[in-house]
Amino acid sequence: MPQTQHRAWVYGDNVNTDVIFPGKYTYKVRDPKDFAAHALEDLDPSFATNARQGDIIIAGRNWGCGSSREQAVTALKYAGVAAIIAESFNGLYFRNCVNQGVLPIICDGVDLAAQTGETITLDIEHGEIHAGGQIFTFTPPPPGVQAILNEGGLLPMLQKRFKREPV
Amino acid sequence: MTGYTFVEKALARAAGRESARAGDLLDVRPDVIFSHDNTTAIRKIFLQIGAERILRPERVVITLDHAVPAPTTDHALNHAEIRKWVREQGIGHFFEIGRGICHQVISEEALVLPGEVIFGSDSHSTHFGWMGAFGMGVGRTEMAALWATGELWLRVPEAMRVTLAGRLQRGVTVKDISLKLIGDRSISGGAYRSIEFTGDALDHFSIDDRSVLPNMMAEFGAMNGYLPPNQMVFDTLEAKRERDYTPLYPDADAEYSEEYALDVSTLTPLVALPQQPDNVMRVCDVAGEPVQQAFLGTCTNGKYEDLAAAAEVLRGHKVSIRMIVIPSSSEVLKRAAADGTLSTLLEAGATIGTPGCGPCMGNHMGVPAPNEASITSANRNFKGRMGTADAPIYLASPYVVAASAITGCITDPREFL
Ligand code: SF4
Repeated sequence: MPQTQHRAWVYGDNVNTDVIFPGKYTYKVRDPKDFAAHALEDLDPSFATNARQGDIIIAGRNWGCGSSREQAVTALKYAGVAAIIAESFNGLYFRNCVNQGVLPIICDGVDLAAQTGETITLDIEHGEIHAGGQIFTFTPPPPGVQAILNEGGLLPMLQKRFKREPV
Repeated sequence: MTGYTFVEKALARAAGRESARAGDLLDVRPDVIFSHDNTTAIRKIFLQIGAERILRPERVVITLDHAVPAPTTDHALNHAEIRKWVREQGIGHFFEIGRGICHQVISEEALVLPGEVIFGSDSHSTHFGWMGAFGMGVGRTEMAALWATGELWLRVPEAMRVTLAGRLQRGVTVKDISLKLIGDRSISGGAYRSIEFTGDALDHFSIDDRSVLPNMMAEFGAMNGYLPPNQMVFDTLEAKRERDYTPLYPDADAEYSEEYALDVSTLTPLVALPQQPDNVMRVCDVAGEPVQQAFLGTCTNGKYEDLAAAAEVLRGHKVSIRMIVIPSSSEVLKRAAADGTLSTLLEAGATIGTPGCGPCMGNHMGVPAPNEASITSANRNFKGRMGTADAPIYLASPYVVAASAITGCITDPREFL
């Protein structure tokens, strides 16, 4: 895979699912495409209006803590987010990313170097991120996880499987 | 070779393997799976997969609890679709509005048993550690995958051992132990770990106490929490259980990636300040901070003993702010009604709502106005959690919630005990 360029949105530590996608909408907004309008509403109201396809989020520790709500990933996915780089992820959120086909990258220090609006370069093959004039390295996900990401997430992977062997 | 942790044993069993180690990627087949008001959304994904029938519907539990009775037409529509789905698929265990919160109801009905694995589409599925089961929250797509295939990929987590010694002082509860641990180690302190509790302090816990720690482990970033089951646990499950089980215990020489030890007798009542559960202070250090609403309920602290603890504080007093009490199940409500606990709460001026989640996640039944502060016995106080972004939330034990309801500000409950 070649190097890809992305516009960055940089946030801090412990960004939780309630600010990524407020709980009050979980039973109100039912179409995933409409989730995007509320993405990060209580943290950064400018995000939903300005995010575009291919943007990435860069954050500190424990991104996505709180609820298991998957909309906290889908809202960002439909807002255009291609990958999330964080020092660490909440375990459930990390799983939700993989299952939704949004690449979660665990990497230290990028949040301190990068600035919102900056264009950063991602080299997944070599596990490199170029941001803020520095180069950061990360370990690509293990093969089992990568297999799900390659299929675009758990749903497309299962769709394929059920087409092959219908029940 | 070192021994095995609880989580290594439980996941190996559920994956049909002889043994497993932290870091292994397994296909785990849970004994029980459950969802709640989010079932309609899961159904949508399930149908997209191309599947038609849920595998093993007899092991599926669905409760209506998050917004009950339906506060809006949208919610009502959602509930109606779920009821239809339950009939179509022959779901084994369905609980109507008012029966209670998923975690509490499944526990009361003994639908999962010690040593088993249960996945719920709810982050507080860690709850089931109270009986020594492996409980974990999953996302909606994962639940749809579980319906379709009966299994889910999982990386066996490392484990952290938490040793609790001593006996709690009067007016101090297991909620305070949870807040202390999360406050000390931060909300990511348990990230992707199995938190396995041990120590003589556990011997003094009641059944209601036991679920508080694993439930709160969702706020610690953990995969699951575990308390070694004892005779009291087995006795509690005996009347309702429908199958045999084998409890699991970690080996004495199991390898833990981290240790935490606490003498619980040193604790005083604690409170988590807005807007994070690890923003923990001693109540005596923030006493006097005004609050406008008190909420007693949720899967963490809406059990019978929580209502009884509040009644103990409130007996002979009146609340000076609004106090909302939502029992976590109809069984809790019945018990509190039968022994006068409920009338003590009503006498003091509290109001009682339908068993369920109540205002915990901001759907209904107690949404605060902007700038109104709430003190709650819930588990999570992130910005906007109760439905209003600028309404600060304080987390504490039922004792502290009740005492603060009397005075209208954060109050040490020991003044009233
Ligand atoms: S009471 Fe609150 S935390 Fe518990 S299941 Fe309901 S919404 Fe979730």
